[in-house]
Amino acid sequence: MIKAVMIISTQGQARLLKFYEFQPPEKQQEIVRNVYGALSGRPENVSSFVDAESIFGQGTRLVYKQMATLYFVFAFDNSENELAMLDLIQVFVETLDKCFKNVCELDVIFNFNKLHTILDEMILGGQVIDTNSEQIIQQVDEITRIEKSSSTTSLVPKSISARFGR
Amino acid sequence: MASSSSSSPATGSNSVISSATTLADSLFQRSLDDLIKSLRSDPASEPSAISRAIAEIRREIRSPEPLTKSIALQKLTYLSSLHFISMAWASFHTLELLPSPIPHIKRLAYLSASLSFHPSTTDLLPLSTHQLHKDLTSLSSNSSTSPSLPSLPLHFLSVSSSPDLALHLAPDLAPLLSRPSPLQPKAVASAYRVLSFCPTTVPILFKPLVDCLSSENPQTVSAAIGAFCELSSPPNDPTPYLPLAPEIHKILTNSKSNWILIKTLKIFSRLVPLEPRLGNRIVDPICQFLRQSQAKSLVLECVKTVLSCFPSHEEAVQLAIEKIKELLNSDDDPNLRYLGLQTLEMLGPNHNYAIESNREIVARSLTDPDRTIRKKALQLIVKTTSQSNSIETFSLLVKEAAKSDLEFANEILDSVLSVCGKDDYALVMDFDWYISLLGEMARVPNSTKGEEIGRQMIDIGIRVRDARQELIRVSRELLIDPSLYGNPFLACVLSACAWICGEFVEFLKDFVELLEALLQPRVNLLPSSVRVVFIQSIIKVLIFSFYSFVEGKISIDSVLRMVNLIEITLGPLVECDDVAVLERIRNLFGVIYLLRDIKDYKKDEEKDREIGEIANILKKILFSEKMGPVSINAQKRIPVPDGLELKENLADLAEFITSTSTGTDIFLNPKRENENENLREEMRIETKSSSILLEHRKRHGLYYLPTEKDEKEAELTEDFPLVKDDLITVNNEESSRRLKVLKPRPTVVKLEEETEDLLQASSSVSVVKTDNISGAIMSVLSGNKNESENRELNSSQERGKEREKNTDRERKKGSKKNEERRRKSRNRKEKEASVVSSASKQEPAIQDFLL
Repeated sequence: MIKAVMIISTQGQARLLKFYEFQPPEKQQEIVRNVYGALSGRPENVSSFVDAESIFGQGTRLVYKQMATLYFVFAFDNSENELAMLDLIQVFVETLDKCFKNVCELDVIFNFNKLHTILDEMILGGQVIDTNSEQIIQQVDEITRIEKSSSTTSLVPKSISARFGR
Repeated sequence: MASSSSSSPATGSNSVISSATTLADSLFQRSLDDLIKSLRSDPASEPSAISRAIAEIRREIRSPEPLTKSIALQKLTYLSSLHFISMAWASFHTLELLPSPIPHIKRLAYLSASLSFHPSTTDLLPLSTHQLHKDLTSLSSNSSTSPSLPSLPLHFLSVSSSPDLALHLAPDLAPLLSRPSPLQPKAVASAYRVLSFCPTTVPILFKPLVDCLSSENPQTVSAAIGAFCELSSPPNDPTPYLPLAPEIHKILTNSKSNWILIKTLKIFSRLVPLEPRLGNRIVDPICQFLRQSQAKSLVLECVKTVLSCFPSHEEAVQLAIEKIKELLNSDDDPNLRYLGLQTLEMLGPNHNYAIESNREIVARSLTDPDRTIRKKALQLIVKTTSQSNSIETFSLLVKEAAKSDLEFANEILDSVLSVCGKDDYALVMDFDWYISLLGEMARVPNSTKGEEIGRQMIDIGIRVRDARQELIRVSRELLIDPSLYGNPFLACVLSACAWICGEFVEFLKDFVELLEALLQPRVNLLPSSVRVVFIQSIIKVLIFSFYSFVEGKISIDSVLRMVNLIEITLGPLVECDDVAVLERIRNLFGVIYLLRDIKDYKKDEEKDREIGEIANILKKILFSEKMGPVSINAQKRIPVPDGLELKENLADLAEFITSTSTGTDIFLNPKRENENENLREEMRIETKSSSILLEHRKRHGLYYLPTEKDEKEAELTEDFPLVKDDLITVNNEESSRRLKVLKPRPTVVKLEEETEDLLQASSSVSVVKTDNISGAIMSVLSGNKNESENRELNSSQERGKEREKNTDRERKKGSKKNEERRRKSRNRKEKEASVVSSASKQEPAIQDFLL
């Protein structure tokens, strides 16, 4: 199974964290620190696999891809194929790309909920549900549409920024 | 600006924010975006910004209006997830928002719940049961709601549920599994998690799960296969899934999706060891994949399956080796190279030729900039060294270690030392080379393995007689080199060298030189435990040189020079602080005093005889018996003398001590696991207890088991039994066959039981976890017919239990054995009956498939 999906900035800040085995907040912080430590020391053009036994337990590995200023990290165990996981990261990034039109770090920062929605269409409980980015986008769009249409948000938004159009 | 909460003052003055709600606050509310912007605007004041935000959230979340509440919850979820703030206190608010009819708010609440709820963080989990039930069954009741609605509780169930929750909601999950819908794959994924949380849901969920395997929807099949792959993976027991093999095989041969195929292969790799005939059915499809598939991931999986399940099937293995070669040769993709190395490691010893032919690549990988690849290459090299190529391999490795960085150098040294030292140096043919390698290893910069190197040097010195000459040479070199003394990691090595030089001093050529080395001022940099060894060695060297002089082998000048040197260097130290060093220096000076008349040797007959006698006696004391290795079982072999009672539990000794102590309690805990805590406790009541303990030990020494030191000292006297000759093994025939080795391999003193006992002590049989799931699944798979049998068995078991109660009473009258035998045979028959009946159900299904 996939143990966790993480997006960490190259400065070490977490941008998206999803653990498929529950971890309390302190443990999560420790994990992020360890993963960042393991990844930040790696030079360019090396393999995308890192052993993660000390972080997630026996037999687990990390596969990561660095895109601009973000590390996309998937932690998995022996029930997953390494190259398939590498493909999955690719699918995830492509999906984000299609959703946000040339995604950058700011998109990831300011779209916390949407990111979770997209990830939830892809992976549930550590199992991969869908690997087709088109289909995932379709589902996410459907959800957004339903939520917008039946939203009872008042015509005058509550937040300052929305109200004064900042 | 009306509201103060929207701006983020750099000073972060909390006095501006009061807990009372102002009019402005109730009108305005910061959204998540505002929060994020404020956190980003000033990284330095982030903690205060966060605490301000939390205060805000606490206020807002209590609002009766769902929108305000939901925005507050959204912010809290963000802070909890990415800034690691605990949000367990807000569980009730989350629960309040779960039933919201507004999809947007509902989704927020569910996300928050999935991320923060867990039996370990909140007690409110059972309160969510009703809402989850409603949402899971919403598809059937209300068609106007969004079809993706039930996916929300599915996510929640898969991570956050407790066994109770799982049990209650399993019946709602089951219809989702059997009804084909876009939700089915998600239901499958969730179901397997529910199964693993709560094995009692097996009867409800397992059958629908199995049916999903034959579903039309490929996504469902994929999810189901994934679920079974997880369920059958270690540490779980894969046996209950054997009956599913025919289904899975069908999927293997029909499916076009690589993802599904990979998972099927993984399942088979766990089932084949249980049922070898299964292997025959899947080898052909696998070979086909290997030959034709373009997908690297599938090829990789096939290679792995072949190597782990069919190591003897030549054709498949050959194909696999070809593919591995391809992987290894992909120069531009480090991922493929790493995977190639990983699969190469899986090859068994029969196919070492494959590894040989790729040796160049593996050696090159040792210097790869990628740490993962380097580690893999090292593991591979170490695994495949044999006696023939060990010399070049290990020399190469040690040279590499000298060039590498700290971590990798130590990894290399570690693996070299452990491989060479295994089985009493089974891989080492040429000890002279190995000893010089040990010397080189000691010189590798950044090395922290001094202890192990020293230990191996001493070990070899004791066991291998012929290697002692070389040992002395290397030790002498290391001792003479002044640069090594400053390195704290090498203290153990130097200690070993000094001991070796003292013990095997007869191989030395130049005593004066060695003495100078042992006396050099840099020795004071070493810890006192090492200095003690040095001084002991000086004593030995001195005595031996006296003896040699008396024998006429060396001149009086050298002896006098040595004595002079010792007196000058160590004289001032006679007043040093450390008691152990002090004592030995005094011993040394005692010896010098005994032989003070030596400069008058050969002048007076009588005096000569005296001196000769003294030298003789001294030599006998120190050099008569060589130390040999002591077997681990030596202690056990000493027969316990009559009348001596050896007790395990020494706790009552505490009474002895407390009766004499002045009130301090000492806890003598005989259990070994508490040793560490014990040490810490003892440290705390240090001085008083240690002196009392010493006192007690003097008085009641008989009760104490001898420590290591006692054993060694005892060995020097005649009481200790000598090592028996039949335990020494000779390894000469093998080595004489080899033409390359110029001289036969020296004999290594081995004590047979040592290795056996060590193996027994350290090996832990990997027991497959007998979990409740496999039992439950077994019973489900054995079908309905068995239920009636089981009922019969149960009732007979009950009858049996009643009978047991009666027989218990009868037992008091006697005839114990008969009753037990009858009971045992009854139990056995029942067990056999149930096994046979269940097995007979499974057998026909598999038999047909396998034939």
